[in-house]
Amino acid sequence: MREFNQWSGFKGKKWKLEINTRDFIQNNYTPYDGDEAFLAGPTEATSKLWGKLQKLQKEERAKGGVLDMDTDIVSSLTSHKPGYIDEDMKELEQIVGLQTDKPLKRAFMPFGGIKMAEEALTTYGYTPNPELHKIFTDYHKTHNQGVYDAYTPEMRAARKNKIITGLPDTYGRGRIVGDYRRVALYGIDILIEGKKNDFSNCGEGTMSEDVIRLREEITMQINALYGIKEMAKLYGFDISEPAKNAKEACQWLYFGYLAAIKTQNGAAMSIGRISTFLDIYIQRDLDNGILTEVEAQELVDHLVMKLRMVKFARIPSYNELFSGDPVWATLSIAGKGLDGRSMVTKSDFRFLHTLENMGPSPEPNLTVLYSSKLPETFRRYASSISIRTSSIQYENDDVMRPEWGDDYAICCCVSATQIGKEMQFFGARANLAKCLLYAINGGVDAKTRVQVGPKYNAITSEYLDYDEVMEKYDAMMEWLVDVYVNTLNLIHYMHDKYYYEAAEMALIDTDVRRTFATGIAGFSHVVDSLSAIKYAKVKTIRDESGFVVDFETTGEFPKYGNDDDRADDIAVWLLGTFIEKIKKRHTYRNSEPTTSILTITSNVVYGKATAALPDGRKAGAPLAPGANPSYGAEQNGLLASLNSLTKLPYEWALDGISNTQTISPDTLGHDEGERVTNLVNVLDGYFDKGAHHLNVNVFGTEKLIDCMEHPEKEEYANFTIRVSGYAVKFIDLTREQQLDVISRTCHKSM
Amino acid sequence: MTKGKIHSFESFGATDGPGIRFVVFVQGCNFRCKYCHNPDTWGRDKGMEVTADAVIEKALRYRAYWGKDGGITVSGGEPLLQIDFLTELFKKAKENGINTTIDTAGEPFTFDEPFISKFDELMKYTDLVMLDIKSINPKTHKLLTGFDGQNVLEMAKYLDKLNVPVWIRHVLVPTVTDFDEDLEKLSEFIKTLNNVKKAEILPYHTMGIYKWEALGYTYPLKDIDPPTEDRIENAKNKIKI
Repeated sequence: MREFNQWSGFKGKKWKLEINTRDFIQNNYTPYDGDEAFLAGPTEATSKLWGKLQKLQKEERAKGGVLDMDTDIVSSLTSHKPGYIDEDMKELEQIVGLQTDKPLKRAFMPFGGIKMAEEALTTYGYTPNPELHKIFTDYHKTHNQGVYDAYTPEMRAARKNKIITGLPDTYGRGRIVGDYRRVALYGIDILIEGKKNDFSNCGEGTMSEDVIRLREEITMQINALYGIKEMAKLYGFDISEPAKNAKEACQWLYFGYLAAIKTQNGAAMSIGRISTFLDIYIQRDLDNGILTEVEAQELVDHLVMKLRMVKFARIPSYNELFSGDPVWATLSIAGKGLDGRSMVTKSDFRFLHTLENMGPSPEPNLTVLYSSKLPETFRRYASSISIRTSSIQYENDDVMRPEWGDDYAICCCVSATQIGKEMQFFGARANLAKCLLYAINGGVDAKTRVQVGPKYNAITSEYLDYDEVMEKYDAMMEWLVDVYVNTLNLIHYMHDKYYYEAAEMALIDTDVRRTFATGIAGFSHVVDSLSAIKYAKVKTIRDESGFVVDFETTGEFPKYGNDDDRADDIAVWLLGTFIEKIKKRHTYRNSEPTTSILTITSNVVYGKATAALPDGRKAGAPLAPGANPSYGAEQNGLLASLNSLTKLPYEWALDGISNTQTISPDTLGHDEGERVTNLVNVLDGYFDKGAHHLNVNVFGTEKLIDCMEHPEKEEYANFTIRVSGYAVKFIDLTREQQLDVISRTCHKSM
Repeated sequence: MTKGKIHSFESFGATDGPGIRFVVFVQGCNFRCKYCHNPDTWGRDKGMEVTADAVIEKALRYRAYWGKDGGITVSGGEPLLQIDFLTELFKKAKENGINTTIDTAGEPFTFDEPFISKFDELMKYTDLVMLDIKSINPKTHKLLTGFDGQNVLEMAKYLDKLNVPVWIRHVLVPTVTDFDEDLEKLSEFIKTLNNVKKAEILPYHTMGIYKWEALGYTYPLKDIDPPTEDRIENAKNKIKI
């Protein structure tokens, strides 16, 4: 059994015999059920550094969203000399390490696709390096090239006509969370030793394709671990051995994460669940009298400051989908252990407290793994921070824990992953609203009039018949799911081949569990449209060629979002049908298929490409985001809307069911105390009923409108709101998206 | 079984009594308050007919959100106009252990039979009465609502006698109810009562105007703006208990 001086005072044995961060945490953490009174404010160093960073962020915005970009260096673990927030203040930085040599400077990452990397440069006025262009077109193939070499015409058409959108075929797929804590707990050398052992035990017998590939991947992982060590050395740290104190633990862990964001530009680059782990080191140092609370908070603040700085070079079409420059540096806190203990520690408070010490911020994407059984003090504190900053999302630990255990984290917007044990093949969304129109019009796209889907018989009757529509919809969905899953299979094959996440996978068990994450867009509109066809009368409006271009719906029909089982049953049916069809198909590397009801800000783009629907939604209007009810559909208030969401079984959508709600402060209660109590009660009730996720915004529409009209006001510089799946600075959204957010239901009393 | 005439339901009332409330807006009111933000609840012939059982069943869907304090609030319209239905509803609510609150302006209150016996019965199942005193001044009350409101004050005293917990509410309307003299009188009146747990000032707002327009009514307070923060503070201090 290994022993290190750095581990003195730590209990437990299993984690010393094998790589097992969870066992270390369970043996050593100190649950905390007190209140927030112990927390410390920002130090002078924090304020100075954060002040500097805010100045840089302002400059970045003034320059059109990008401060600086690399043109000549291909990003790797050791491609850049050390960078600091401010060279003159670098001794103030408790935690160091930047993606490039300068703060907010975006790295050049061509492995996902050279065209995308170059377009990102030219968009912001930078000139691509011709030599790198030649290398990545003539000598080295990229992920994007691989995908396009293999796409079928059908896949291209589905992609072009936006019935499938947001495919990770030009950039990193992301969503892989390395167990960055391992770097702190074990140091790099033990991790290398472990992977070398795996390598030597891989491939007895036949050299099948699987085994060959795995051997190659393990070698890449080992090389990445050596690279991480080198990278740390550039900053003056030797991370061969375990971290010996809280500061080193934060730094070692961050180096693990830095390796990921230097080598991958995934859509989501989450840091995982680190608060309870780091608290063990902080608590040990506090107990030993070598750290004060002020210093502990400073470490957390500085680590979080780094997470607020993560940037990638993106192209305009990407920004349209995922608006406001998000990176999903998702940080998950709280939750309960399998043994029933609360995993809330003082450090879970400290991470929330960063939103007070440094103000609201979209990143890191702060996620509370919620249970009504967590200490009331913590639930109240989280709610009070929500009310003040609208920067937190909540996810139901009680439904996730049975699926993922007690050492999972959110790896993207809302999707859970077991840390160090699992990876995800993430993939975009199928637009089920558009699919309904394909069913009505025989596979022809309303916008382009191209035959995208199979040429089934179109519906010819004047009024839509529920049974006929359902039969055709089922057949069309079958086709869509087939092309969707196959497209993803192909993308992930190429991603593994040309853009393998060696640094992240090096911090994950070799025997990895793989999930295959699909998604649904247009959910509420399909439900309401089917309800309209079933309970009201829907007349088709056809153009001269007989093509259905619009609908006239007369009569009342139940809508999703009112706790009305007639509509909500259709919602449950839709989710169940979709996932059932997904599960029938072969998924790459024997991954486990899951799905989500989550759109991010892409609901606007999806809406643009979707014609009018029977539920009354006009052509081109934004779809409702995620699993939210449609605009204006909610007629019985917030809780009725929440209740509709609670009926969707999480087990059928293990990739997540996203819900975003905005409540005006006056509606939530008369004063701060009442508001906190009421929000806690809302969260308790919603999650006790089995719902999965809730984004909580607390502000009035007036504030949004004023912010849209006067983005220059100082008070709005960091004004953060939750949108489907993440948080964003409101001023960073396009005007179209701002209007979309404003038009959504704000729950307020009359 | 008596059916209630219901205007609508709100699943999330966080300012309509203690905690989070399931709010039942009943149809029908005789007051014609000039600032009414629910004029669509006036007419007694409109509304959907719903049984008490159906309301309870609906409300219970939200029990998980109520925490320690929440429950059902009946607002309106004027709940006391449907006292038979209300009594049945609250009786059933209490059988289910639900906290019950009435949000009333007291218009139907009288010591005459059969009302007063029914009222006594209703109070057995009522945990809280939120009593909206439109004005302590009969002239102002008449001007605002069409009635002088003396029976409302009688009701307040009677609730004190029955020892039913009460929250007094008062809408602050600039140039109509926002006079120190009236506020002080109201405060004196409240001080004579022993059952008042809370006295709230509700600042007049203009968010109901669109409903008047939708109904084709002329909004009578068009030229009055919501009160300033100073005046709201002043009123709050004046009626503090």
